[in-house]
Amino acid sequence: MKPVLLIDFGSTYTKVTAADGESGELYATAQSFTTVKEDISLGLENALGELKSLSGISAFDECYACSSAAGGLRMVASGLVPSLTAEAARRAALGAGAKVIKTFAYEMTEEDIGEIDAIAPDIVLLSGGTDGGNSACCIHNANILASAKANFPVVLACNRNASAKCKAILEASGREVIPCENVMPSFGQLNIEPTQNAIRDLFLKRIISAKGLSKAQALVDDIIMPTPAAVLEALTLLSEMTGELMAVDLGGATTDVYSITDGLPTRAGTVLRGLPEPYAKRTVEGDIGMRYSARGIPENAGMDRLIKISGESEDGIQKWIERIHENPETLAATESERNMDFALASLAIETGLVRHAGTVETVYTPMGVAYQQIGKDLTRVNKLILTGGALIKLERAQEMALLAMKTDAYPSSLIPRDASVILDKHYILSAAGLLKRNHPEAAKVLLGKEFT
Amino acid sequence: MPNRTMVLGVIGADVHAVGNQILNFAFTQAGFNVVNLGVMVSQEEFIEAAIESGAQAIVVSSLYGHGELDCRGLRDKCDEAGLKGILLYVGGNIVVGKQPFEEVEKRFKAMGFNKVFGPGTPPEVTIKALIEDYEILEKAEKAE
Ligand code: B12
Repeated sequence: MKPVLLIDFGSTYTKVTAADGESGELYATAQSFTTVKEDISLGLENALGELKSLSGISAFDECYACSSAAGGLRMVASGLVPSLTAEAARRAALGAGAKVIKTFAYEMTEEDIGEIDAIAPDIVLLSGGTDGGNSACCIHNANILASAKANFPVVLACNRNASAKCKAILEASGREVIPCENVMPSFGQLNIEPTQNAIRDLFLKRIISAKGLSKAQALVDDIIMPTPAAVLEALTLLSEMTGELMAVDLGGATTDVYSITDGLPTRAGTVLRGLPEPYAKRTVEGDIGMRYSARGIPENAGMDRLIKISGESEDGIQKWIERIHENPETLAATESERNMDFALASLAIETGLVRHAGTVETVYTPMGVAYQQIGKDLTRVNKLILTGGALIKLERAQEMALLAMKTDAYPSSLIPRDASVILDKHYILSAAGLLKRNHPEAAKVLLGKEFT
Repeated sequence: MPNRTMVLGVIGADVHAVGNQILNFAFTQAGFNVVNLGVMVSQEEFIEAAIESGAQAIVVSSLYGHGELDCRGLRDKCDEAGLKGILLYVGGNIVVGKQPFEEVEKRFKAMGFNKVFGPGTPPEVTIKALIEDYEILEKAEKAE
């Protein structure tokens, strides 16, 4: 027996999991409110008390934590062309578990610097130009970033021929600079791992203490990664065991969507366009969520569809959305509130899936039809995992995901249409991702029991 | 040798892939850094690739007869995107049927193409023209 404690410092809840580092057995899970403003260890002590009484385990051999508390890892990404290096930079940051507050393309302006200072990001990622390609843009942007007041480190993943110059400019302004390989070394080639490693190192070195989490760090062996990075690790491990899969993490303020698959065209004669997709991909919808961001759901999917799915009146839905936006801790208590939450969740999943997935366009040529795919084809993905505090508490979770996949609102979207839906009922994805770090075999067992 | 980068592709909804492969091979052999976008390439994709890669030339193929429609406005968009003075080449079967080449050439030059090549132009001819044009660009750059 080797009890390991796994902690997820979330923005609202601190979730703790007790699992075995040898056998992969899940002993218990518990949660309590995160208390980052007062003292983060208070919330942790509460959750631990419950965990210890549930599991009967009083001492742990090891302890690891991930965190999305205190705003998570807040980043600004920048590149040259919006659909190329700027997008590559954004994807790199998202895959590293960051919250990308803003992405800049082309040359930044003096006004942009005001905006970046207002954002006060934890890290700025500067890219632009393929190796040997455009260097004017990233050098210009290095000069602009050097004039910012906010004290952020810069991860430099631009044209390698301009990297040294950008580094010198930024360092002269007293900034920490981490040069790494270009996010797009040659045209259409995505190379985001070195950047993600640099982001992760910075997170460990600087961000945790800057966010008042060092007290928590003293309690645990290590805060090893941002929570979304832990989730991505767990999903990648699970897909090694059971094949391609997707996951939707439906939160109160955001909806995260993950896919672990190459997403290549499934229909013969389809031409693939656009930037290559990362095998393990994460997207975040900041305007879609079950509480704070509930307003974004009718704005995107349409009020008429909310009415249709919930069977409730427009007036009632409006009031409910306002109420849960103002009071995010509200739980559905009545039959009609549950119906509205069901419809909100289903359409949030739908919108998240559609924005994550690629599209196929029919091109009419003189010879007949041809198909052009942009993004990932996820139609053949046959496993969809649902997670997130908001979802786990809801009834009929499976049903709402099935409804989302069967939507006829987006005929050209390549979302999964017929996946089996699995609920992360014990909320162990991030815990499994943490456990994987030093105990991959135990993490496999833990995941296998929950998701197969 | 100086860095000579070009973006290559077949424009519009055109799927003729064989000539593109041959040109990619021939230009690469000749020492150019070729960013090949393949078939069914939009004007925007040509331009975006040229910006990121810092290309000095865009070489457009059109084989299926709709070249005139597909190529219209490319020069204006390049100017707009800051690709001032980038070399634009076009070749293949760029118009429908057999039309007098001088007239076709005139029309494409009016659209802003630096060089226009008729059907069956061997790659060597294009390579020679490219080298000459790159040299002119490089001299101008030195003079600046
Ligand atoms: C194979 C073929 C097809 C195949 C293509 C398969 C594929 N994925 O590659 C299929 C069946 C799909 C096809 C479809 C069509 N095709 Co077709 N096709 C041909 C064919 C027989 C051979 C093309 C080929 O591969 N040639 C060999 C390569 C090496 O030569 P190339 O492509 O011409 O390229 C060389 C030069 O043109 C030059 N070059 C090319 N680009 C550039 C650019 C520059 C700057 C320079 C300097 C030189 C240059 O260098 C290349 C290398 O040497 C030609 C006829 C022919 N014999 O050329 C018709 C032909 C090109 N097709 C034609 C047509 C009309 C069509 C269709 C519209 C309808 C149809 N009849 O089927 C559709 C269009 C589909 C689409 N959306 O693109 C016509 C075009 C007529 C015109 N332009 O006025 C042709 C000429 C046949 C004809 N005589 O009618 N086609």
